[in-house]
Amino acid sequence: MSLQEYLLLAAALFSVGLYGALSQQSIVMIMMGLELMINAVIVGGAAFWYFTALDRPDGQVVIVLAITAMAIEMAAGFAVTTAVFRARDVDMTDMAADLKG
Amino acid sequence: MWREFVFWLCAAGSVVTGVAVFRVDSMARATFALLASFLFAAGTVLLVDLTYLGILVILMMIMEMVIMVVFMLMYMMNPAGLMPMTMVHNQKGSLAIAIGTFAVLATGIYLIDWPTSSAPQPEDPTMALGEALMGPKMLMMIVLGLALFATIVATVVLATHRGRYDRYGDRLDRDRPDDPVRGGVGR
Repeated sequence: MSLQEYLLLAAALFSVGLYGALSQQSIVMIMMGLELMINAVIVGGAAFWYFTALDRPDGQVVIVLAITAMAIEMAAGFAVTTAVFRARDVDMTDMAADLKG
Repeated sequence: MWREFVFWLCAAGSVVTGVAVFRVDSMARATFALLASFLFAAGTVLLVDLTYLGILVILMMIMEMVIMVVFMLMYMMNPAGLMPMTMVHNQKGSLAIAIGTFAVLATGIYLIDWPTSSAPQPEDPTMALGEALMGPKMLMMIVLGLALFATIVATVVLATHRGRYDRYGDRLDRDRPDDPVRGGVGR
């Protein structure tokens, strides 16, 4: 166990989540990709706390922040999905591209 | 030694189930694959003596994914997972970006000379976290509270089918609510 190995795991989780968020069409599947990316932040925060700053709880605070961000993301994401689906019967991003520049 | 073994088991499990989220044919299965990925990642958090946060992640993720699976069933295109499901756009580009990101991050991880800590481990990391949140990091806790409250309001507003502004007009000055079906209180 070393900082590098932990960060490598975080990087792998982040990349998998990034692939999902970029490639999936369904809004809920995109949210799963985002959650995987936040999961990487949790692993990274724990690793930084344990290996570089045991006497400062900053890494733990980052984990609390990430967990809350995850909860907010899921609640707000499903509310938006529900609103879009109710208004237009749409649950795919490609059908809700009105703001595409 | 056993920590090393458990770490690699959790790391491999977390990444494999994370990839499975986007490979399985049913969104319910994808949700549970994501849950497995979170549980393995929480295992690595437990390994660095963060008992409270590790268990918090485990409990919260179980609840969150069980709620999520209900929404998944609502919005699922392929309910039983009996047919192959691919709903992707620009797959090659996404794959290239993801692999490129991983390569850049991994290069950085092994090139950077990370600081090391010689400080002794606090007796109770949870106590240290609690004192930080109620002391120097209280601003973050206050902002989190506000953000969570804003989320409650926003989700209720977004999920409401017909609110009072739909029924009584934008200025709430209609005498009778504009409802599609007659009846109810006052009519």
